[in-house]
This record gives sequence, C-alpha cells and structure tokens, in this order.
Amino acid sequence: MSSSFAVATSAISTGDRLVEVNDLTVRFVSKDTTIHAVNGVSFTLAAGEVLGILGESGSGKTVTLRALMRLLPEGRTQIGGTVRVAGHDVLGLSPGALSRVRGSTIAMIFQEPMTALDPVYTVGYQIAETVVRHENVSWAEARRRTLDLFEKVQIPSAQRRLDAYPHELSGGLRQRAMIALALSCRPSVLLADEPTTALDATVQIQILLLLRSLQKELGMGVVFVTHDVGVAGEIADKLAIMYAGRFIETGPVTPIMRAPRHPYTEGLLASTVHGAMRGQRLKAIQGSPPNLEILPAACSFAPRCPRVADICLAGVPPEVPTGPDRMARCVRITQN
Amino acid sequence: MSQATPLGAGPGRGEPLLAVSGLRKYFPVKGLSFGGPSLVVKAVDEVNFAVWPGETLGIVGESGCGKSTTARLVMRLIEPDSGQVRFEGRELAGGSNASLRAVRSRMQMVFQDSYSSLNPRLPIEDTIAFGPRVHGTPRAEARERARRLLAAVGLDSARFGRRYPHELSGGQRQRINIARALALNPRLVFLDEAVSALDKSVQAQVLNLLVDLKAEFNLTYVFISHDLNVVQYISDRVLVMYLGKVVETGPVDVIYNAPRHPYTQALLSSRPSMDPERRITVPPLTGDPPNPINPPSGCRFRTRCSFAEEVCARVEPPLLALPCGGHDVACHMMVPNSGHSRAGQAS
Repeated sequence: MSSSFAVATSAISTGDRLVEVNDLTVRFVSKDTTIHAVNGVSFTLAAGEVLGILGESGSGKTVTLRALMRLLPEGRTQIGGTVRVAGHDVLGLSPGALSRVRGSTIAMIFQEPMTALDPVYTVGYQIAETVVRHENVSWAEARRRTLDLFEKVQIPSAQRRLDAYPHELSGGLRQRAMIALALSCRPSVLLADEPTTALDATVQIQILLLLRSLQKELGMGVVFVTHDVGVAGEIADKLAIMYAGRFIETGPVTPIMRAPRHPYTEGLLASTVHGAMRGQRLKAIQGSPPNLEILPAACSFAPRCPRVADICLAGVPPEVPTGPDRMARCVRITQN
Repeated sequence: MSQATPLGAGPGRGEPLLAVSGLRKYFPVKGLSFGGPSLVVKAVDEVNFAVWPGETLGIVGESGCGKSTTARLVMRLIEPDSGQVRFEGRELAGGSNASLRAVRSRMQMVFQDSYSSLNPRLPIEDTIAFGPRVHGTPRAEARERARRLLAAVGLDSARFGRRYPHELSGGQRQRINIARALALNPRLVFLDEAVSALDKSVQAQVLNLLVDLKAEFNLTYVFISHDLNVVQYISDRVLVMYLGKVVETGPVDVIYNAPRHPYTQALLSSRPSMDPERRITVPPLTGDPPNPINPPSGCRFRTRCSFAEEVCARVEPPLLALPCGGHDVACHMMVPNSGHSRAGQAS
C-alpha cells in the first residue's frame, strides 16, 4: 500500500486517488450465455468529489458500482482489471477483510430502501448493530451514535423514529434512515445506486440536497449512478456517460451538459423532455441498445448513430480528448 | 370568482367528451382498527373535471394523490362510491354490463407495466385482435386490424406478429399495449404512466408515436404521470392533484408559467434545474406527502404549506375559477374574504 492512500483515507486531502479503477471488466457467465456487462472501465475519484455515472437500463452502471464493493454473485461473475479503494485492492481481499472494508471504508445506498432494510428489526437497532459490529463499542454508545446520525440526516422526532420499523416510515424517511445506516461507520467512499428514483419529486430534491451537504461536510468521495440527467446535474462534479458497458464520454458536469460531444450523449440529452420542447418533435434515438451476449468489437453505438461511417466499425473507438479533463470515445469527433 | 363548473370551463368548445363530477372513492383499511374507529383511505374525494374532444388532459401529482384511481374509476375498473360520469353525452353511472362493455370500447387504457398488462401466453397479434373478437369482429378481420395497428405503432407485423411479450423490449411492448388500446377504435385513451418505465431514448420514440397516433386516429388523451416535464410536453390542459383532491387546473402554459396554488408552485420548482451552475439550494417543500388515511382537516396541503393559517385547518377551500377563465384553484388565498390574511391579494 502506498502512503498516498493513507492520506486519502483521512478524507481531508483532495486530489489524491481515493478510488482507482483500471480496465474493469465484468462478465456474467451461465451455462448457455455470457453477458459482457462491463467492458473496460477506468476512472479515478478523489476525496470530496462526486462522480455521476449516467446511463440507461442495461448499460452496466449498476454493475460497475457493485463491482467497487464486490457485491456481485461470486459463482457466476468474472471480474477483471483492478479496483483500489482507499488503498485496498478490493478484488483481491479475503472474505474477512472484505467485510471489514464494506461499511467502514466504502458504503452503499440503494434505490429501494424497503428492500435494503431488514423488515423485522427497528431501523435504530439495525444501525446500532452495524456500529457495534464494526467499531467494537457498547450498545449504549452505538445507540447514541445512531441518534446523532438520525439528526444528521434530518429525521424529525429522531428519538422516537429509532424504534420504528421500516414499514412505519414514509419513503423519504426510509431513504434518510438508509443514508444514516450507510454513514454509520464513517466511510470515505459512498456509492449511491439511483437513491432518489423511487421518490416523489418534492422528496427527491430534499434527498439530493441532503446528500450534497453530507458529502461536503464529511468530505466523502461519492459515485452516484442515475438514469436521469437532471438528477446528475444537481449532484455530480464530473460525469461519465455509460453505454454497452463502456464509458463513452467523461468530463466535468457543466461542459458535458451544455455541449455534449459523443452522438449518444447528444441523443440522450435531446430526448430528455423539458418545457422548451413543447409542440416540437422529439429527437429520439432510433433503435435500442445492443445485445451484450457478444462483446462489441466496434463502436457499440454505431447501429443507432446518425453520424456513423465505415471507420466506426473498424474497432473499439479510443478515448479522444475533447477539452480540459474531457474525452469521448468517438472517432468521428477528430474527423469533423 | 364563481363556483367552478367543469362543464362551463371550456371556453367555447361545446360539449365535453367526458365530464366527471363529484367522483369519490374511499377504501376501507382492514386490520388496522381493532375496536377503534374504522379507517378509510380517501383516495379520490369529490373530483370534478372535463375533457374536450381532441385535447390532451394531463393529470399530475405525487404517489397516493389519486391520479391512477381517478382513471380506474372513470373506466369502472373500480366501482366509485359516488359521482357522475358523462361520456359522449350519456350518463354512465350504474349501467348494466352490456352498456359498460359498449362504453369501454370507446374508452381505453394503457398501463405503466408493459409486461404485466399483456397476456404472456398469447402472440402479440392475437392480443391485439382479442378485443375486437370479443366485440364480435370476424376472426380474419380482427387479425387484419391487428396487423394494420402493428404497422401504425411502428412494428413490422410479419416479423413481430407471432412473437410473445417476453421476446420484446420494454419499448416494443408498450407499443403493443398502445396498439391493443386502439383496436376498438376508441375516442378517449387513458395513458396511466404509459412512458414512465421506459428509458429516455425509448420514451422519446413512444411520445412521438403518441402524438402521431392522436392525429391519425382522432384521439383524445388523458395523460397521467408523475413526470412534470413529460406532462408539460404532451398536455393541452393540466390537472394537479394532492391527496385525493384537485388543487389546480388550467391550460398547460398557465399552470407551468404562473401556477397559483402553493403546492403546484412547490412541485414545479422541485424539478432539477438542468443547469449545474444554477442548482437548487433550498428544497421547495419539507417532509413527505401525508398518509391518505385520515388526511389533514380543511386544506389537505396545509401541513406542508408555508402560507397555512388557522382558516386552512378549519375550512376546506373550494375549487374556484379565477376571473381569467379556464383556470381553477383550491386555495383560501385566492378567495376574497376567506379569512386568510393574504386572501384576494393575488388576484
């Protein structure tokens, strides 16, 4: 372990590589088929930084996120590449070491708090249990920490809510309780898998603002997966647009949202409905995403791309720089 | 200010296609009230609205506001407790099964879950032809109509006709559901979160299709969605619901540019800014929508409203037409002499 990672875990420094993913590949193998879910993803994340991974269903965004915590079914998953989180080689950890890292170094929040929380224990008990298990403190101390956490995630009447079962809480409060659970052992990296997708509009914005303020206050690195470009725009510092298991465009959030360069990103933004489009025909992307049973040997978007040319089918497009800290995997960008 | 009459709210457009008044459905809650007072969910409570031929009425609101239940009550998939529904000038209440069947062929629905709303054991062509067959269309003619409709929703019938629902993508399945809804030549189609489960790129394709079909088949839509942007894109008029009540209704531009009900205002400003340089900094509302079991007294929004006063807890605000016409709001601040300190200031 290099010493620079030790600095990153204290979550004070910025610019250090808290998360470093190199050429990550994930395949789901069964008797009949192999699904190439993630096909060579590389990125880094510094403490205090929020990376938004934007993609449609089946693009591999959730699988990428789960690979960072090795939350994939071991028996039928082949993971390649390297994943380093706060100095730990996640893919090489022993089961015991992995469960110590999960929760204390890297934690995750999910789309459906109702299925992520245990229905037969009170939320307060579940969180205190996690604290006792990871930090070896007394139950009384753990319960006090839990109350602090409930106040931190702005649960009203926190003391009373500790004794509530998940089904007794509203959707927004359940999501707050899950955030409290994820933060209970002070992780330096938080993974968020569409945590606001199941929430109503007025609750979604509350949870996004809460996550943003907690992330700033605690200096966490966050990887936030979403299909909604509006949500990504509210929370991310940098964006990665994912298609067919690859990052096809990455860069700082504002330039990408204002001037996307990859034809898929352009299409995705153009087909996201907003008020100004009333009465106009939507510029929909034709067709549907590729079947990932075959590893795409060329640009995966070529069959749907309005700018497709012969060169697009020659091989997997390399990363083409498109501005400061920006790249897009499209050979047509350099041609124009 | 005058009492809003849904029948009179359409400026010079004649008889509405659908007129709903006093629609109500309370669901009893089982198992929660041992010996105590019986509990009910006031899912839809005295809802009035009308839909004119050729328009698209958008219904928006958060989960539990009653927007889907409203559609199901009008379709009589659920039996209403009370209320009148007039469709094509005829009263529907308490009709026989035969007349209900006749009406349902003129009024169809597309559901959110494209998979569970199709019969998994029927090839899609047969699914589309099923309705016409039940209504007495000869087999060959029904099949021919199914093939024409498949083409109309952009699917090649030779290639797709004999496939089963599990062999199609979500977007393709939703096209089948739309084709099935059109198979009986309806005048009115309820689209209940019909594009909500689709990916953005596919959603745009289906929205374009809905716009085309509306013109081609001379349809009228009731478009129910929690997605404010999609509703703005597709609707001519918008109805905003909160906890079983209509809080505001009006032309889409008026609702989106000059909403008058505090809930509509908060709902619209909860939308992501789409500009990372101008992010939302303060949440427009705190908390979740209250439980529709035992909703708040008076105005149901008062527990989350920053303008709530004593009168809001005591008196339920009526849905009143603003002088400009076609724009109805249920808020004491819009009613002169309502007892609210801001009453009538805004108008």
